[in-house]
Amino acid sequence: MTDIVGKRYLFFIISAIIIIPGLISLIIPPGLKLGVDFTGGTLWDVQFQKPPSVTEISAILSAHGYPDSEVQPGANNEVLMRTKEIQPDQPVKAQIASDLQSHFGPMTELSFQSVGPSVGNEIWQRSILAVGLASLGILLYIWFAFRHVPHPLAYGVCAIVALLHDAFVVLGVFSILGRLFNVEVDSLFVTALLTVIGFSVHDTIVVFDRIRENNIRHAGESFVTIVNHSLLQTMGRSVSTSLTVLFTLSALALFGGSSTRLFAVALLVGIVSGTYSSIFNASMLLVIWETGELKRLFSRRQVARAAV
Amino acid sequence: MLQRDLRMLVGILIVAAAAIFIAIPTSPGIHLNFMGVTINQDFPIREGLDLQGGIQVLLQANEPPGMTVDPQSMEAARGIVESRVNALGVSEPLVQLANGNRIIVQLPGVKNPDQAIKTFGQTGLLEFIDAGSTYLPTGTVVTTTLGGPASLSGNSAAPGAQAAATPVGQSAAAGSQAASTPGSAGSATPTVQLSPIPSTTGAETTYPTVLTGKDLQTASVGFDNLGRPQIDFTLTSSGAKKFADFTTKNVGKYLAITMDKKVIECPVIQNPITGGQGVINGGSGPGFALQDAQDLVIQLKYGALPIPLKVVESNQVGPTLGAEAVHQSIIAGVIGLGIVLAFMLVYYRLPGLLADCALLIYAAVAFALFRVIPVTLTLAGIAGFILSIGMAVDANILIFERMKEELRGGRTLRAAIDAGFSRAWTSIRDSNFSTLITCIILYWFGMTFGASIIQGFAFTLAIGVIVSLFSAILVSRTFLELAVALGRVHDLRWYGLDRAEIIQTAAAKSSTTSSAASSTA
Repeated sequence: MTDIVGKRYLFFIISAIIIIPGLISLIIPPGLKLGVDFTGGTLWDVQFQKPPSVTEISAILSAHGYPDSEVQPGANNEVLMRTKEIQPDQPVKAQIASDLQSHFGPMTELSFQSVGPSVGNEIWQRSILAVGLASLGILLYIWFAFRHVPHPLAYGVCAIVALLHDAFVVLGVFSILGRLFNVEVDSLFVTALLTVIGFSVHDTIVVFDRIRENNIRHAGESFVTIVNHSLLQTMGRSVSTSLTVLFTLSALALFGGSSTRLFAVALLVGIVSGTYSSIFNASMLLVIWETGELKRLFSRRQVARAAV
Repeated sequence: MLQRDLRMLVGILIVAAAAIFIAIPTSPGIHLNFMGVTINQDFPIREGLDLQGGIQVLLQANEPPGMTVDPQSMEAARGIVESRVNALGVSEPLVQLANGNRIIVQLPGVKNPDQAIKTFGQTGLLEFIDAGSTYLPTGTVVTTTLGGPASLSGNSAAPGAQAAATPVGQSAAAGSQAASTPGSAGSATPTVQLSPIPSTTGAETTYPTVLTGKDLQTASVGFDNLGRPQIDFTLTSSGAKKFADFTTKNVGKYLAITMDKKVIECPVIQNPITGGQGVINGGSGPGFALQDAQDLVIQLKYGALPIPLKVVESNQVGPTLGAEAVHQSIIAGVIGLGIVLAFMLVYYRLPGLLADCALLIYAAVAFALFRVIPVTLTLAGIAGFILSIGMAVDANILIFERMKEELRGGRTLRAAIDAGFSRAWTSIRDSNFSTLITCIILYWFGMTFGASIIQGFAFTLAIGVIVSLFSAILVSRTFLELAVALGRVHDLRWYGLDRAEIIQTAAAKSSTTSSAASSTA
């Protein structure tokens, strides 16, 4: 029988190697490049019939009181303007639009998103609250679902740790993407993050469920053997399920158009991480919890502290 | 067993047929007249803003200092916004309260979004003010006895907004002292002040309000003899009396008409107006644009908002972006579905084929539900649906993997199917439940600030999860049992085991049967 559990520390190290660069990128400001959803401001996407000049557009925006705007040219004479909040019912919007048209000819407004600063701040706080609430809800549910096994709380906590692992992988990847490609994080990203959390736990539960079952059926065997056995048994399923989800998400990322591409990418990253963490982290943590290794690690440190 | 499965199959086929009938793009809907009961039900696809273009605006109460926002006045404001929105003639608008002091407005497919926002979002307080002998040019921002510009929009500083913001309550009290007629039918704000002398506070003049929009009975767009648009109005009887009194006493003086403290016209009173009828023509110069006149009438018809509102978030999507995105999402969905179908077929063979049938039924049922409920489809919603296709097969995969295991363990096909379904159930239940918890939280997350995109995603994913439980447990199981019973497909290779495994299985089987025999003995 392949011994997976025996290599548990190797898997923890692999996770650390993947997470640490992202964490460093998250810690160094600005961490994540937040979209207008969170910071407040306006994102205005327009299309002209001939290529416009970015510097002239910036000048027009400055002239109307929006000096520090970002103007980003795109394909097909598209221009994305990112400014402080422009309220759509205020005359300044129409004035800017007419100035742009007098410079560059007819203009089509593709999208206009404007968020007041207080709302942005609120959405940000709520995002964090939502992630926290989801984690808490899942912890309580697992605690409940596994109430008949010894240490049900351990199952919940290990699932949450795996969940945080996946959340940090996604956050880290997007923090790095933000630095390299100016990728912004918006409320759709939060949606992806919450979905990843749901999926991560979904995966973890399948493995835990098998451990729960084998624990009862093979009472007397060591916990390490039971977990190893359960992992091997569920491996096929974990890989198959992840593959089907990855197929659909890749289709979405490749063919689904630009507005949901980053969303699909966030889900892809999270789900790969979720599959990995449910097999190689959550169950391994459970093992070191149940075998007392965790306690020993902890007490060794206490001993060390006592020695000092 | 067989009988139960056959009955189940009939049930599944009926549900599937109904779902396909509803889900096909050209669904004619149900129009029946059966024994006196008439059913008229169409199943339109409700497209979100990002798909068909349109605007979503989050309005927030922007109360001037000294004014409190209570649920009644928010509800009243919502009602007025809704009436105005309906008057704009947009199909399927949505106007709802959110988070106590906010109103979400969604207008799919609206042509002129900025104008629309102005029309439904502005306070719309019409006042006839006593300008005395001063001519107020069009566009002047004034302070009246009902408050200054700040009383209408706390912070969107209009020129001259430093004017002493007279709290509404206070000025109403001051007004009622001077009022000669009791306020018209329970209305709190309109007060009549017959003193023609403008009361002045420092440099800033406070003009007495004579009439407000509440004194209007009807308003409509008309045209003057040059064909320019104007607004014809009739006053209520009490309004007409006040107007008659005032105009009789102030012949030769100016009467300014203001909308949200901004002068739109300032005519001289030529003769007393006693008939209770009049016109507003936008003053000298070009007058009104037709669109402006129409919007003004909409605001006049449904009255002023009890609380000033401001736009705190808005999202406008042009129709071209949406159309392209729909097309791309459909392609992505079809490709994703195709790969999943192929994967299941190749990897799980017969059960995979049956799961594929179940998956197609799943897709039809879920999509039919989107139409029946109806769920507003957004791009994120479609993404949720495509994601749920991947997750829907998970239940099947769990079952089939379990079945394979049981077969390898030497069970008979029937026993393996039973064990596969019953053993896999707890993990299917627990794992899907955790996804549902996330969906509920996502829905809540989206609700509080009107992020319909997030709500759409959560809702479609939740429907997907629930329907997938039904399709994996009932549909695939029935198909599989029937295939075994009717088709006599017993070669284990059809169930995804390879030859070596089958030989092993045979060995295991003989050993388990012997051990079972020995244990029973």
